[in-house]
Amino acid sequence: MDITVAHPVVAVPTSDSITKQSPGLSARRKNSGLGDALFFNITRAFAVFTLLTLVGIIISLLISSWPSLQRFGISFLWHAEWNPPAQHFGALIPIYGTLVTSIIALAIAVPVSFGIALFLTELSPRWLRRPLGTAIELLAAIPSIVYGMWGLLVFAPFFGQYVQPVLAATLGNIPLVGTLFRGPSLGIGLLSAGIILAIMIIPFIAAVMRDVFSVTPSLLKESAYALGATTWEVTRKVVLPYTKVGVIGGVMLGLGRALGETMAVTFVIGNTNFLNNASLFSPGNSITSALANEFQEADPGLHSAALIELGLILFLITFLVLAASKWLLLRLSRGEGSRT
Amino acid sequence: MTLHARRKLVNQIALALSLGAMVFGLFWLLWILFEVVRLGFGGLSLDLFTKMTPPPGSEGGLLNAIVGSLILVGMASLVGTPIGILAGIYLAEYGQRGWLASATRFINDILLSAPSIVIGLFVYAVVVTRMKSFSGIAGIIALALIVIPVVVRTTENMLALVPNTLREAAFALGAQKWKVICYITARAARAGIVTGVLLAVARIAGETAPLLFTALSNQFWSLDVSEPMANLPVTIFKFAMSPFNDWQQIAWAGVFLITVGVLLINVLARLIFKEGFKQ
Repeated sequence: MDITVAHPVVAVPTSDSITKQSPGLSARRKNSGLGDALFFNITRAFAVFTLLTLVGIIISLLISSWPSLQRFGISFLWHAEWNPPAQHFGALIPIYGTLVTSIIALAIAVPVSFGIALFLTELSPRWLRRPLGTAIELLAAIPSIVYGMWGLLVFAPFFGQYVQPVLAATLGNIPLVGTLFRGPSLGIGLLSAGIILAIMIIPFIAAVMRDVFSVTPSLLKESAYALGATTWEVTRKVVLPYTKVGVIGGVMLGLGRALGETMAVTFVIGNTNFLNNASLFSPGNSITSALANEFQEADPGLHSAALIELGLILFLITFLVLAASKWLLLRLSRGEGSRT
Repeated sequence: MTLHARRKLVNQIALALSLGAMVFGLFWLLWILFEVVRLGFGGLSLDLFTKMTPPPGSEGGLLNAIVGSLILVGMASLVGTPIGILAGIYLAEYGQRGWLASATRFINDILLSAPSIVIGLFVYAVVVTRMKSFSGIAGIIALALIVIPVVVRTTENMLALVPNTLREAAFALGAQKWKVICYITARAARAGIVTGVLLAVARIAGETAPLLFTALSNQFWSLDVSEPMANLPVTIFKFAMSPFNDWQQIAWAGVFLITVGVLLINVLARLIFKEGFKQ
């Protein structure tokens, strides 16, 4: 359908047809009913199509992963051995990698995004707001393969040479926490992947936070300012409580992105299915990177099925996270009207 | 320290940290762009646009990958855009109440952020295993599935911005609903809808994960969509991960092309959106 047709013609009933109630009118009515019904049903069909896509994804992944589901059952989730020649598959390492990198990403991205959103809504001079906001949005538009390649060829060597030794020498000496920061400084690994994910999701979270911060009624903020509150106190005690549901929704949205991101992680995580220490410096694997690296060469039997089951697990996790995020953001927009 | 002084200090620290966060965010953007330009711009040459992807150690370019990407992205947009616009029209114009509209809206938002690699797996399971070969068609379907939710979302949002008085005026003149939608509301929201389509194109232009198991890649020149098709992202992935210097060089040039292309489309989308609102 071409929506841009330059046709100013709207079916305007002539005065003639209204006054005379000619028999042509009822025929035209019927016709218009037909046109309307047709258009309604076409648009509805495509809405249903969107709905069915999701159902189709889940069903087809279930069917394709059936051999693996049947063979390994629920223990697939916590077995660490991933051994294609022996036809033995367990998802623990990829699931661990996905979760750890996402947690690192959130730990870095949430405070930074909060700071950016605060800067953009409260601090920045008015003329800077738009260009800075646009710059952050452009950061979100850069394709993940660019982050990945930059991460592998620019960031990882720099990180391994200059940052990791410093981390190992400082944080590495603290008991308990230290075990996370030991081992050889390879540059690539779980920590690097988490940091690159953080850079990727900062713009998403910051954009949502900025948007929800700006729905806080100025009346509330001005009242607090009038009582003598500082900018920080207004943010902390007025804006944040008012928007907390939306902020959490934005964080969940970022988490959903981080869990499902492929290229940025695959380049730098190291792609190994062996992991025998808790260090974040060590290379690992995530669900997405396992899929990206192994799926093309996997034999069509159990190996493919196990990989598709990984995809299914990833889809279900992100589905839950995104559904929660959507629900929280909806709650905020519902409260918007009633609380002002 | 008095309470007043402490509150002022806390405020200053918080604001300084906030400024720091802003600088931190911009720092990465600038660093990435700087490296992409520095390493990618040097790789630009006429060969890049006239020669095929080479085997390691010999001269070559990205012609087949660039053309392949244009075909995949172009066809996927052509397939996905009408579906997305029609579904978006349903949500905005017919979907004020009823379970179908709210369910579709919910599912669409999930699909909008669903992992793109899972879309690739889905198309692999449904199309590639049936056709028994990786193919350009499978790649087009996978990318189209990513276009649809983006277009649905923006179309619905933009139609919702059209003032209701406009619709009422048209109805009062006796216009049928479908004509009101096609000739009044959709036209009023045109700039916004075009913006959404452009953003969707920008999004799929750099998508790699869904192409890995669908279009795959092709070292040779091929315009046949029933065969594996070369494309920029997968070629970049392959070349960047390789140990060969000349391949990495070409990958940087490819990354430069994609980044510039995606950013240009984004800027264009913003301009169109702004123009549309001026009217």
